[in-house]
Amino acid sequence: MREQELLVRFQLPQATEIQKLEKKSLTSYIYIGSPTRVLQAKFGDRPRIQLNDSFRSAQEIGQFIASERDLLNESDRPFMTVTLKADYMTRMGIITDVKQELRKANALKVIYGATKTMGYE
Amino acid sequence: MARRIQEINAGSMADIAFLLLIFFLVTTTMDVDSGIQRVLPPMPDPNQKDEGLEVNKRNLMLVFVNKADAVSVGGQIMDVTMIKDKVKEFILNPLDDPNLPAKKIEQIDLIGDYPVSEGVVSLQNDRGTSYNMYIMVQNELTRAFNEVRNEVSMQKFGRRFDELSDDQRTAVAKAVPLKISEAEPRNIGGV
Repeated sequence: MREQELLVRFQLPQATEIQKLEKKSLTSYIYIGSPTRVLQAKFGDRPRIQLNDSFRSAQEIGQFIASERDLLNESDRPFMTVTLKADYMTRMGIITDVKQELRKANALKVIYGATKTMGYE
Repeated sequence: MARRIQEINAGSMADIAFLLLIFFLVTTTMDVDSGIQRVLPPMPDPNQKDEGLEVNKRNLMLVFVNKADAVSVGGQIMDVTMIKDKVKEFILNPLDDPNLPAKKIEQIDLIGDYPVSEGVVSLQNDRGTSYNMYIMVQNELTRAFNEVRNEVSMQKFGRRFDELSDDQRTAVAKAVPLKISEAEPRNIGGV
């Protein structure tokens, strides 16, 4: 079940060595992609970062992680995971920025969202 | 004469149930969350003097993806499909090549003494690299490690890595640690 409305469009990259998420409640999501068709008139088509239900800059990730961490139990906090759902066409620049911010916020467990494929053609 | 009991006409109930079923099938989105798991390196302490991560050259394999999505492994340009075998050779170092990583004999529960490779795969990318390529390379690196783990599991326990018990799995994971660095370890000896 989807918790939030998506403001960005993305198609996940494909991979073979993927793992299923163990605990969904410990996961926070960061979506990266170009805004949906409807929003493109307002926000353009450059890739954007979506946190919760709005577009944010990479610098705001620290705050986002802190608030997400506060929602978890004390005992669960070390197991907090961040799932990056980014469009496969995105350039690494924006993703590197996100990664650096995550490191600064000390949210080190990351899952690069990908869909399962049996192999490359 | 007993009166006939009125019955509710239930003939269409099956149709209604069916429609409901279809409706929820169509409207429910199941977000399957899956992906490649990684642990990012912690941010270095700004107060701490930057001493650089001293990694011996033979223990470091630099995988670089440039902005045109071309991959070089240890300074050698290669296709994505070739990365896996190269990395496997790097981790295993079957012939004890002095140019490939050193091994350190370690005592591991359930396995005993095992030569653990000291190799670190360092993955670096350009800001212009596409995410797709980055994930493909990450995937190949994971595949290399997974295959080595599978081989060790087969050798030691006669089963695949994902079929092992938890204790056995930790043992194999210790014998073949997933050392993929996404940080910027000091480059010794040029690319």
